[in-house]
Amino acid sequence: MNNIQKNRLKDQIFKVWGIGCTLFALILLAFFIGDILIDGIMRIDWAFIIDLPSRKPEKAGIYTALMGSIWILFLTTIIAFPIGVAAGVYLEEYSKKNRLSAILEINISNLAGVPSIIYGLLGLEVFVRIMGLGASVLAGSLTLSLLILPIIIVATREAIKAVPKSIKDASYALGASKWQTIWNQVLPASSGGILTGVILALSRAVGETAPLIVVGALAYVPFAPESPMDDFSVLPIQIFNWISRPQHGFIENAAAAIIILLLITFIMNGIAVYFRNKWQKKLK
Amino acid sequence: MKKIVIMLTAAIVLVACGKKKEEKVLAENTKTVLSGTIKIDGSSTVFPITEAVAEEFRAVEPKVKVTVGISGTGGGFKKFSRGETNLSNASRPIKSKEKAACEANNINYLELEVAYDGLAVTINPANDWVDSFTVEELKKIWEPTAQGKIMKWNQIRPEWPNEEIHLFGPGTASGTYDYFSEAICGKKVGTRGDYTASEDDHVLVQGIAGDKYALGFFGLAYYAENKDKLSLIGVHNGTEVVKPSLETVKNGTYKPLSRPLFLYVNSTSVKSTEVVEFVNFYLDNAGELSKDVGYIPLPAEKYTVQKEKFKTFVESNK
Repeated sequence: MNNIQKNRLKDQIFKVWGIGCTLFALILLAFFIGDILIDGIMRIDWAFIIDLPSRKPEKAGIYTALMGSIWILFLTTIIAFPIGVAAGVYLEEYSKKNRLSAILEINISNLAGVPSIIYGLLGLEVFVRIMGLGASVLAGSLTLSLLILPIIIVATREAIKAVPKSIKDASYALGASKWQTIWNQVLPASSGGILTGVILALSRAVGETAPLIVVGALAYVPFAPESPMDDFSVLPIQIFNWISRPQHGFIENAAAAIIILLLITFIMNGIAVYFRNKWQKKLK
Repeated sequence: MKKIVIMLTAAIVLVACGKKKEEKVLAENTKTVLSGTIKIDGSSTVFPITEAVAEEFRAVEPKVKVTVGISGTGGGFKKFSRGETNLSNASRPIKSKEKAACEANNINYLELEVAYDGLAVTINPANDWVDSFTVEELKKIWEPTAQGKIMKWNQIRPEWPNEEIHLFGPGTASGTYDYFSEAICGKKVGTRGDYTASEDDHVLVQGIAGDKYALGFFGLAYYAENKDKLSLIGVHNGTEVVKPSLETVKNGTYKPLSRPLFLYVNSTSVKSTEVVEFVNFYLDNAGELSKDVGYIPLPAEKYTVQKEKFKTFVESNK
């Protein structure tokens, strides 16, 4: 066997290995989704969506938890999106490469790895108690915003890094200021990547349970939040609560609620993919 | 980009408008329609009963907003002692530290028993040698010093088979674990660590159902839901062997693996009619509703005692 053949063989082995890894992940996912679908799909109907929580599994619904999750998602987006993107732009475009920015960078990466329950404790002390927001939707959203800020910042920076230098140079050459260049060239060119990052971060936020339980999100709320200061529950807490109940009916309910939660994340990821494709086409 | 900015601004404005809506001031209490909010937090074990009561109460007083959290007994008392909640669910009596916290914040409270919870000791149906346990035997199996030493059935009783015991139980974070370890091994001793632990009791049920040499414990309600897959083992209470059931837990003969569940009431909260109404409603219906969600009601006369206690408490805090 000569060298060329050896290298080809290595190529083939790696390819098979790669396919195997991908299939492994996909099969796991398919198995998991299949299992959940079998348990829960029959339980989903309109009443399940609009009913209030109940001690009787067949009468219980997810209305308040679903509305709570939507509120949380909405508020977390409008809090975390502008702050995260602005911080990313600053770090990538404005900050000087010195020790301070190096420290900042390391800390942001570290923050992305902090366990979510720690954010919950922080949120309880700062937002719920010191700022006096109570166990409200707003306090929960602020806590989750902190949780996903590092992800958004990192995604923003990566997206901006990927913008070809020629575009920026051309903009400067035409006499545009730094701000004009960022606003008119860099951000539009990187918006697909930024948006993908933001939506992936939000998909994580919508599945969080631990920090919200610590902050004081509830398990039984018979009304949907009407303002950011209202009490709330979210889907993951409802699921967690149902899973820990002995009656089998609640296990079905939990599976059904998981399907709804998965649906939300799939839709969000779909939106991310759609926007990324749309903007990438525009750029070309 | 511009579109997004406009959308975001619009969203922020909308939210800002929503904020103005302050918590609704208590409407004047007429006799027919009550309103206001009742905040409850605490044990996730007691949660199903309180949820059921809140659900039924809503049919009677639809304008009273009752919310229930599941921060755990300890987490619930933390909020209760700060005056952040009106009622607190607890699967154990308040600890002296928590009492001190309440006193420090000038919070007086009343403890009410609302139902019983029994722990079931179960084995696989294929296990034909065990008919009962004594507390000493359970202790011998579960105490911390048994770790790595008591590994076989014949170490408990010589006539039992020379096969490994496979132990299943809730994780150390759960109140069920605390209760079992205290009742069997003693206060602050804990149990051995080399057993299969899961926070999800369904996993324990499956584990025991699939293993002839298994032994485990969890809430009685889980046994009731899985009667066909498990066998329930009676525990010797000092005079006789008793299996947990609605009757034996209720009349107190299933010892020591049954415990009362509590509701704590803040004395300031009983100044509002809706809280008084809710607690009375709770005590009137807890018997029926606790059965619905898998727990065991107190004997009827005990509910009367609790109601009397509550009545005096309300009178003295007017």
